[in-house]
Amino acid sequence: MSGRVITLTSGKGGVGKTTATANLGVALAQRGRTVAVVDGDIGLRNLDVVMGLENRVVYNLVHVIRGAVDADRALIRDKRVPGLMLLAADQHSDKDDVTPDEMQAMCDELRAHVDYVLVDSPAGIEQGFRNALAPADEVIIVTTPEVSAVRDADRVIGLVEAAGKPTPRLLLNRIKPDLVARGDMMATEDVLDVLRIAILGIVPEDSAVVAATNRGEPVALLALTRSGHAFRNIAARLEGEDVPLMSLEGAEPGLFARLTGLFRAGATSPGGA
Amino acid sequence: MGLLDWLLGRPPSLGGSGAVAKERLKLVLEYDRAQLSPGELELIRDEIIASISRHVDVAREDVQIKLEAGGRLVAEIPLGRRGPDGARVLGGAGGAGAGPA
Repeated sequence: MSGRVITLTSGKGGVGKTTATANLGVALAQRGRTVAVVDGDIGLRNLDVVMGLENRVVYNLVHVIRGAVDADRALIRDKRVPGLMLLAADQHSDKDDVTPDEMQAMCDELRAHVDYVLVDSPAGIEQGFRNALAPADEVIIVTTPEVSAVRDADRVIGLVEAAGKPTPRLLLNRIKPDLVARGDMMATEDVLDVLRIAILGIVPEDSAVVAATNRGEPVALLALTRSGHAFRNIAARLEGEDVPLMSLEGAEPGLFARLTGLFRAGATSPGGA
Repeated sequence: MGLLDWLLGRPPSLGGSGAVAKERLKLVLEYDRAQLSPGELELIRDEIIASISRHVDVAREDVQIKLEAGGRLVAEIPLGRRGPDGARVLGGAGGAGAGPA
């Protein structure tokens, strides 16, 4: 097996990279794929908490890179979704303790065992970013419809291309449909018009993400959430399905959408309850 | 819309601030992509004025240099209204106080 290594990055912090990584991991695993999500934010470990697996971390990425344990031993299996695994970051090392070549070698080891390796890049454009970028076959740029975030995204797109990687695709996060409707937020088309890259997906702002993250449950595990639906759409597109961008009309899904969402999620998420 | 916002307890619209955001973003990206800052552009403007002034009078206040979409630096340099001997009035948009003293 030779899985795809996909890095999620943004330049700016706080736009939802870690949440997006966790949820794409869940959504791909729900589709029956094997997925290793890797926390690339060495020194500022977060993906374990967002996924609710913080109590099960024993070994981390630096242990694997140093050869202390093999990858299989360091991977934490998510019991809620078969096929989903986490490789945590080291909380006590520094980003400079790992080199791009070492990240590449480690991800090559992982990809031999799984369909997808999703790397959650740290914010910034320094060593941590270069480490996360090195092993990537593909890059997803996460941004929000704000001037500062899109500006950083543009810079990172340039750096990704300069590194010889394919042009990234865009995940536009935290869109507020009501603000877009009244002209107080840039619309998807506005951001695409400026960045000129392909769109992978849009995720509406969803208070369910906050509540779900508080409990350590990626929102994609929850059938009725709008953002969870958005992440499932993105997973489908990553697998080559032609799924139209979700409509942002109406701030909350209606009863019918909720019911169809329920059936859809019920069909794909094993062992709910 | 303002009244409706108020009635529904929504924060007032700032009037199409999304469009403002897009314009600001476009401008900022033009500078970023050209690896130029607005401050550097001011320096360039001053140097252009100094350089051209060695040959011909320049209406300093009206010199404009802009970074346009697609990475084009465009300068508009109106020549001075007063020739060296007050002989000719050149360029400029005209206006009050421009005539020979």
